[in-house]
Amino acid sequence: MLRWIVWRDLMLAWRRRADMLSTVFFFVIVVSLFPLGIGPETQLLRTIAPGVVWVAALLASMLSLGRLFANDYQDGTLEQLLLTPQPLFLVVLGKTLAHWIVAELPLVLIAPLVGVQFDLSRETLWILFVSLLVGTPVLSLIGSVGAALTLGLRGGGVLISLLVLPLYIPALIFGAGAVEASVMGTSPSAHLSLLGAFAIVSLLFSPWATAAALRISLE
Amino acid sequence: MSPGTFVQLTGPNGSGKTSLLRILCGLLTPAEGKISWKGADIRSLAEEYVAQVTYLGHRHGIKDELSAVENLRISNALNGVSVSKERAAEALGQMGLAGRESLPARMLSEGQRRRAGLARLLVCDTKLWLLDEVLTSLDKGAVSLVRSLIENHVAGGGIAIVATHQDLELPAGHTKRLELTT
Repeated sequence: MLRWIVWRDLMLAWRRRADMLSTVFFFVIVVSLFPLGIGPETQLLRTIAPGVVWVAALLASMLSLGRLFANDYQDGTLEQLLLTPQPLFLVVLGKTLAHWIVAELPLVLIAPLVGVQFDLSRETLWILFVSLLVGTPVLSLIGSVGAALTLGLRGGGVLISLLVLPLYIPALIFGAGAVEASVMGTSPSAHLSLLGAFAIVSLLFSPWATAAALRISLE
Repeated sequence: MSPGTFVQLTGPNGSGKTSLLRILCGLLTPAEGKISWKGADIRSLAEEYVAQVTYLGHRHGIKDELSAVENLRISNALNGVSVSKERAAEALGQMGLAGRESLPARMLSEGQRRRAGLARLLVCDTKLWLLDEVLTSLDKGAVSLVRSLIENHVAGGGIAIVATHQDLELPAGHTKRLELTT
């Protein structure tokens, strides 16, 4: 069941590759603008890199969250998903997982590459990759709550940002903190553990919250 | 409502046909009263009840990016019924979509998309059908096809509740008519 939902959403995303690519390009361009704007001051670049990459990842996920449920809502397939004999949180979990694979995983994979522009060491690039790998599921999970709550509203895109971005702050602090620690030469493990804990908590709560929000939005 | 009943919901626009069907399938919560299935509240039955119901709304429930076959197979798989490619193509052929089953649904006309959505009725094995304005944009041939589908379903002990403005003219004895007023 979960497999079918994920497979369906991946196939839909593949048929609309442009949407997926625009998120990745947005991320790459936003991150690249900073070294270009600041110039070759390596010390400064190294200091701002963690924050810049993480903030760009948060903003990039805003672009794709609006589509998480909106397309299914418009063509009536979301109603059908609600009426499948499965617990709704499983449906939500499947869709969120697919969203992570489509919209977040490419960012995680490409982040070490764009990080090179900030003169980060190999070890720091590795920590950047790990912190995004652990932290981006939080973006999909919490974002899905916002996407469900703003479903069918006009100007939903802006509203999602206002709802969801503040909730991303813990992930941003611990994610960027881990990379920063690595830049300073200290151990990032404390930050990563906290980020992991935050990911687990959002995995436990947000599918239920999203399911409840979807029921309200579809009434 | 006993097995083998067909109910045609009629009434002017805005009289609540869609709302009633959405309440019956559990998408809407009634302001008062409750819906029971075999003596138990559908709220407490939840998934067990939903597994007995096929609801087709006036939006098609068809993904434009997927072909008719993929749409049919996926929507059935999500309902716990696995349908082979051949069976799906056969059902779509029966609905008059032979030769077009592998086209992306956005290339199909409005009526053909409706037919693709209705193909679910051929492969599902649910007891209760809730159909909301499913006859719009269908030609005469498709309407009589849907009528015979409903007839078979009702004759086999199923229940069908259909909101429509067109007269479905099922054989006498089966049909109940429920007219809603504003």
